[in-house]
Parts: sequence; C-alpha cells; structure tokens
Amino acid sequence: MPSKGLIASIIDRHRRDRTRLIDILRDIQAKSGFISPEAVADVAAGLGLSTVEVEGVATFYHFFSSRTAGTYAVYLNDSIVSVMKGRAAVAAAFEKAAGCAFGETTRDGRIGLHRTSCIGMNDQEPSALINGVVFTNLTPAKAKIIVEGMKAGMDVPAMVAVTGDGANASKLVRAMVKNNIRKGGPVIFAPFRVGAAVKKAVRMTPEDVIAEIKKSNLLGRGGAGFPTGLKWEFCRRENGEAHYVVCNSDEGEPGTFKDRVILTECPQLLFEGMAVAGYAVGAKEGVLYLRGEYAYLKPYLEKTLADLRKKNILGKKIAGKAGFSFDITIKLGAGAYVCGEESALLQSAQGERGEPRARPPFPVQSGYLFHPTTVNNVETLCMAARILEKGADWFKALGTPRSAGTKVLSVSGDCKKPGVYEIAFGLTVRKLLEMAGGLDAQAVQVGGPSGNCISRGQFDRAIAFEDLATGGSIIVIGPGRDLFEVVHNFMEFFVEESCGWCVPCRAGNPLLLRKLEKIMSGKGTPSDITEIETWGKTIKAMSRCGLGQTSPNPILTTIENFREMYEAKVDRGNSFLPEFDLAESVKAASAVTGQKYAAHAPEKARE
Amino acid sequence: MSKPVIATASLAGCFGCHMSFLDIDERILALVDLVEFNKSPINDIKTFTKPVDIGIIEGGCCNSENVEVLREFRKHCKVLISLGECAIMGGLPAMRNAIPVRECLEEAYFHSPTIDPADPKIMPGDEDLPIILDKVYPLHEIVKIDAYLPGCPPSADLIWKALTSLLEGKPLDLSYNLIKFD
Repeated sequence: MPSKGLIASIIDRHRRDRTRLIDILRDIQAKSGFISPEAVADVAAGLGLSTVEVEGVATFYHFFSSRTAGTYAVYLNDSIVSVMKGRAAVAAAFEKAAGCAFGETTRDGRIGLHRTSCIGMNDQEPSALINGVVFTNLTPAKAKIIVEGMKAGMDVPAMVAVTGDGANASKLVRAMVKNNIRKGGPVIFAPFRVGAAVKKAVRMTPEDVIAEIKKSNLLGRGGAGFPTGLKWEFCRRENGEAHYVVCNSDEGEPGTFKDRVILTECPQLLFEGMAVAGYAVGAKEGVLYLRGEYAYLKPYLEKTLADLRKKNILGKKIAGKAGFSFDITIKLGAGAYVCGEESALLQSAQGERGEPRARPPFPVQSGYLFHPTTVNNVETLCMAARILEKGADWFKALGTPRSAGTKVLSVSGDCKKPGVYEIAFGLTVRKLLEMAGGLDAQAVQVGGPSGNCISRGQFDRAIAFEDLATGGSIIVIGPGRDLFEVVHNFMEFFVEESCGWCVPCRAGNPLLLRKLEKIMSGKGTPSDITEIETWGKTIKAMSRCGLGQTSPNPILTTIENFREMYEAKVDRGNSFLPEFDLAESVKAASAVTGQKYAAHAPEKARE
Repeated sequence: MSKPVIATASLAGCFGCHMSFLDIDERILALVDLVEFNKSPINDIKTFTKPVDIGIIEGGCCNSENVEVLREFRKHCKVLISLGECAIMGGLPAMRNAIPVRECLEEAYFHSPTIDPADPKIMPGDEDLPIILDKVYPLHEIVKIDAYLPGCPPSADLIWKALTSLLEGKPLDLSYNLIKFD
C-alpha cells in the first residue's frame, strides 16, 4: 500500500490540481498496482474533495483497480481482430505460464491477467499492454517468454527486443509498434515543413483563417462529420474568459489506429493544427487528450512540444505575432471508450468521470472547464494545418464534391496488408479491398462496431460522407468467419463500455446481447428478430450520447444486410421459444438449500 | 354476450402495480360492468376456472413458483400483459442478478443484521418452499408476452387506457404523457 507520504508527493507534483485527478490516480496505480480505499481517502483529503467523488473517478476507468492488478499487469486486447488472429491460444499460453486465469492475479501478486478493449493495434494483433508497454503480434511462444521475463523480475521496457519503424524506434518511444503506412497521401502523410501553417495563419486575421477552413469544406474526421470551420466560428463567437482547443486523441473505436500513426509520425503537423485553431478561435491554451492506451507516446509528444516552443511555433508571440500566445498540455485518459465522445472527453480532461454531458450547451459554448471550446479530431486538426499551408482550393480538389480531401483509414482483419491508408474520398470498398488484399471478404465492417457491416453486394459503395461515412475503422471479415461471432464481440464491447448513465444504453445493450445469444443458441424465433429491431430503435433514440445512439448497429446493420443469416438461425415454425430452462435455473439455489426440484402444481398447492 | 374475463397476478413485484391499478378510482365501477375477474388477488380467486381474455402480470420471476404461475397464465390467457418495470426488466429484485445465489441466501439467513449470532444458522430448505432461481428473469424470457406497459408503477391512467383500448378492440395508442416518467 502506498504511504501517505508518497500520495502527498504525487498530489504535490500535480500542483494539488483537481483537474489532474486522473494523472494523480494513474501515478498511484502505477506505483502500487492498485488504488486502495485509504489512498482514495488520502487523495480526497489532499484535494479537498469528498471520498465519493474520488472513488467515482477511480472506479470509472478500466486501468484503475481497487485490488492489485499485479506488479506486472497484462491487459490483453479482446477485440474481434485480436480474436481472429489467435487471441485464444495466446490467452491460454499466458494463463498456463503465469499459473492464473484471466481476471485474476497470481497469489504472490506478481502477475495479473486482464482483458481490455481495442488498444489501437488492430493491424498487429494479438496485442497487449503490460504496465503501459505495447506488445504486438503475440503468439503462444512469445507469451511464454514474456511470462518468464516477468517471473525473473525483468523491466518491462527491456522486454522489447525489436522496435518498430519510423519514430517507434526513437529513443523516447522505443515501441515494437509498426506504423504499417501502406498508402501515404497528400494531406496527412506528405512531408511537412515546421511552421508552414502557423506562419501563414498569423499573417491573416482569425476571421480569414476560419473563412479559409470553411471554404475548404473540411468536415470533422472523428466520424460525425461536423463542418470544422463552422465549429471554430461558433466557438470564436462565444463570449468567455478563455477559449480552448481540445484535440480528441481518444480513438477507441475498435479497429481504428490511424491517430496512433499520425501521433507517431506527424505530431508537428497536429500541434500546428492546434495552434492554428487556437489563433482562429482566440484560445491561449490547448489540451491534447491522449487515450491511456497511448501513454507510451507521451514523453515523445512532450519532447515535440518542447521543440516547437523552441522554434516559436508554440509559446508567446508565436511566429512573431504580437498578442498571440498558445501552448498545449497533454492529458491522459485511463481506459474508457466513451471518452471519445466529446463531452465525456471534456469531463475526463477535467479529472472527472467520463460521463457525457447533456447538450445543449454544446462544447463550443461550454466546453473545457466550462469555457468555449473547439474539440477536434487528430486528423481534422492536421488537415486544418495543411489547408492553411496549401490553400482551401487545393484541398477541395481532392475527394468528392461533398466530401473534400482525403481520409486516413485503419484497415485490419482478414487482408494481406493491414495498416494505414490515406485515400481520397470516393474510393469504393472494392478498390480498398484490392489494395489491402482482402477481395474475398464476406463482409466489411465500415466505421467500427458503431458503423455499418456491409455485404459483398455493397462493395461498390464509396467511402465518403454521402455514402459510407467512417471515422476510419475498416475491418475485413474473411469468408470462413462466423459473422455472429463478430457481432457478438461488438455487442459485448458496448455492454462493457456503456458509462451507465442512460437506462436504454445501460440496460438495453445487455438485453440485445442476450437476444443475440438466444438466436445464436438456436432458440430464436422470428419474433426475436423483430424485437431486436424495435428495441434497437429505442436504444438509439433514447440515449444521450453517440455510444448508445450507435450501439445497436452491429446487430441492426447485420439484420439489414445479412437477414438471411438470421432467418436461417431462427425457428420459423414457432412464434416463441424460451431460452429459459427452469430445471437448470434452480440448480444454484438447490445446491445451497438442499431442495430438490419437482414441478409444483401451484393451482392445487395453493388451495 | 358474456363479459371479457381478466386475471392478474403479482410475482416478484411489490404489489405497487396492483395498487396503481386500483388508483383508477371510481372507474373501477365502470370496469366491473365491463369485465369479469377470474384468478386475481383483487378478488382473491386462487385458481383459474375458465379461459381468460386478458392476463396482467406484475413482477418478474425470482423463484420456481413464479415460473409455474406465469406458465399457467400463458396457458389460460389469450392476451398476456407484462405490467411494470419488474415484469419487463426484472426491476429492483434483479439487482441481485450480479451476485451469486449462495451469497444472497447466506446474506439473508446467516449474516443479515437481524440475525442473532447466538442462533443456529438455518438455511430454509423445506421441499414445499419455492426454489430461488439463479437470477431474476423478466417475463418475456419465459413465456410469450403480447404487450408491455412500462412504469414503476405504470400510472392508473396508462393501465385504464390500455385495458379499455383492448376491450374496445382499438390499437394501443398511448400518448406521450402516459409513458413519460420524469
């Protein structure tokens, strides 16, 4: 257990700043392997908060635990592509070598085995995080070696023998992660001269910068596709003591990892985009909200920020412009998909539980610390910088009339060349599959679990806002796969990641999952399909944020696009088949009370 | 023509839905003219004596007897209505669903604050007692349900509107106010 002195020093290091509560808890978790009730009380006292407030935050995030997570805490990704690439065998090897099951910690507390949602390594699965260090392309043999290393007390970073390409190999990253940039493009992955965007921006008025972005038709790349220029304009117009720029680097949608590659290879472009946004909306501060899974990039990103300060791209009187100062801090998450939703992200960046806020007010009105804030995706901000550099007309010439520019896609699953592709909008799924070597796919999941699962007949559809909109996750599902297993994995993910605020999402998703399991077990009837459709609509309509508004999509889009698969599985001659088995469901209690089950005759027994 | 027949039951519920039903107040006089009650706690008829047109069930299933009663209802009723949160979702009783049955029973009979530590620990296990299920189930997972009336409890007006619509053979057209709970 951490001493009071240690906790006090951690709190002091974070300047007793309540908004740094997650950083404080991260440090305690890292130091002691868990966050004890005593630690919660000490933190609460140190920050002048109630214990419940701190406990609420400590129990919200996946990477915080109230019992020891292990001196070595292994978090093995359980997203579908990890499963496709052999997760089960790797998990079994970890369990066998460590001598404990997933969800447990070895008796000596040395090794803990845990599941986790997609960690942004879908092109190199199965992958795991061990004490924050990324392990990719795992095999049972590698798992055994890793466990041996842990048993021998090895330093986790020292277990990374071979580093990946590009900046992954740099001293501050030293990760085995690979970029897998299969196709570069003119907007994101083209060479960038530091200062090119900011220096141009400061020669314009902020209004003109916004006008240029509006003219470019840049739409938000996180998935929702809101016009970026308009968002900046709304934010600028709001009165407030301070304005903020927040970069959403919480890409948690299973199957997306393009922001990880952008953060690794193009951080200057991103930070310039944030500075341009800051100039445009009148902000002095920016926050990069980095998902906890990407914490390994933090020292490298901090160094990049320091370099940019030296070059006067950040800091005071930027690029010689009197009155324009802007700087960026990095805030880490701690494992919560819902924090990709912008209002939940803002809560989390303020050190709160990552629960979405009611809207309105929108973040442009009341965002970070309740000041006017523009929240933009990593890719969007990079594009804004490039638009400033090259001009709106240049950008608009790429893509389709309604979807200007390029899109960075994360392609994974059953294809020969998984990785990152920067493509011009309008590309068909078929063309993409050709490039990636996955033409024999039976289905493609576009936009991750919250997106759309399309069938072969739809492969000529285009990736663009007007057709298949996507935040970038493309999962190729090969011919031999059981699509039900994919859908089931996605629904388990949403059940796990629902923040629990809205009943339709918290309770509805488990019900959908159960219904799906009922159909999978062969006990479904056509009425089950109809009920899923009705309930799914209710969940989508009645949930507060994007999570609940899209969580039924895995089932609903496969019912729409693969209806025959569901119909083949249900008993069409029956109007109702219960999955429930009375004899089975009384077994647990019988074992405790000694009662034996014999069908009662209630009508007679009661008389 | 004989009057339509109604039956009701409260399973793993609190009888709150039945209380809400009684909140139809003086409309109960009209209801008595319109329908005949069969098995129901309202008239204390304990067994089905004839086929029933509308069965109304409050509460989910938490034990073997609940399941048997529910199945009897399904057998006897043309239309079966799931009334209220517990029937539809399991409700408050389903809060135990995340806790193993053994823990629940031991908490209730061995460790609860009202147990005198000096008393012998007795786990009720008489064969005549219904057996607790592994978890609390909503009705629709056990039998086919024809209509759901949400609420905790559903308001008297909602129940009245639903019943009269059914009796008049009209589609169940529930206005927003009837199913708005905040």
